[in-house]
Amino acid sequence: MFPRLLAASAALLFGAGVVMAQGAKPNDAQIAHIAYTAGQIDIKAAKLALKKSKNKEVRAFAQDMVRDHTAVNQKALALVKKLNVKPEDNATSKSLVQQAQGTEASLKKLNGAAFDKAYADNEVEYHKTVNGALESTLIPSASNPELKELLQTGLKIFQGHQQHAEQVAKSL
Amino acid sequence: MAPKPYLVATCVIAAFAAPAAAETIRIEMQNLGYSPATVSAHVGDAVEWTNGDFLAHTATARSKEWDVMLLPKKTGRIVLKRPGEIEYYCRFHPNMVGRISVAE
Repeated sequence: MFPRLLAASAALLFGAGVVMAQGAKPNDAQIAHIAYTAGQIDIKAAKLALKKSKNKEVRAFAQDMVRDHTAVNQKALALVKKLNVKPEDNATSKSLVQQAQGTEASLKKLNGAAFDKAYADNEVEYHKTVNGALESTLIPSASNPELKELLQTGLKIFQGHQQHAEQVAKSL
Repeated sequence: MAPKPYLVATCVIAAFAAPAAAETIRIEMQNLGYSPATVSAHVGDAVEWTNGDFLAHTATARSKEWDVMLLPKKTGRIVLKRPGEIEYYCRFHPNMVGRISVAE
C-alpha cells in the first residue's frame, strides 16, 4: 500500500508544480531549465535504483533512463548554447526539485521488492506528470522552433519511457 | 580487337551459374522507429541499420538470435542465415518494433 501512496502523492505534488507553470506562461529560458531539471531528477532516481535494486528489469529500465535522459539533456545544453539562452531557474523547477527530494527520501527507506515497486510506480507517475506538462504547457509556450522541436522529440521519448515503466511496474 | 568467343561464353555461363547476388537491405532508425518497419529479404542478404537518432538503439531479435547495439549515427549489420519471419525490437525503447520476412 505504501508505495502506491508514495506514487500517488508524488503525482499530486508534481502536479502542483505544473499548475504553477500554467499560471504564468514560462519563457524559453525557463522552459529549458524546467526540461533540463526534470531530466536530471530522473537520472538521479535511476542512479539510486542502480545502487539499490537487484531486479533485472528494474535495473535495465534505470540504465535506459540514465542513457536517454543524459542524451536529451546533452542535446538541450548544446541547443541553449547555440541559441545563446541562459536557462533560468523558476518556481516550477524549484518545486520539481523539492518534490524529488521528498520522493528520494522515501525511496531510500525502502529495500528489495518494496523499493522496486515504489521506484517503478513513481517512474510511471513522474513521466505522466512531465509528459502532461510538456503537452499542456511547455511545448505550447516555447517560442523558439528548435526548442519546440526538441521538446516534441523529448515528449515522444518520454511517452515511450512511461509505457516501459508501466510494463516494468506490472511485471513486479 | 574483338574478345575471343570462348571468353565470352565462359562469362555467360558464370553469370547464370552464380546464385542471386546477396543484397544489403538498409533500415533507418529515426524518430524512435525503424524505417521501413517491415522488409522482405532472402537468406544470405545482409540487413544494415543506421541510427539517425541522438539516442542509442538496438535491433534485437525476439528469438535472441542476434542483438545489434547502435550508438547515435552508427551503422551495424547482420547476415540472414535462415528463412522465416523475424520480429525484432529495441531493448532500450520496446515500442520500436520491426519485422523481416526471410525467403529461401
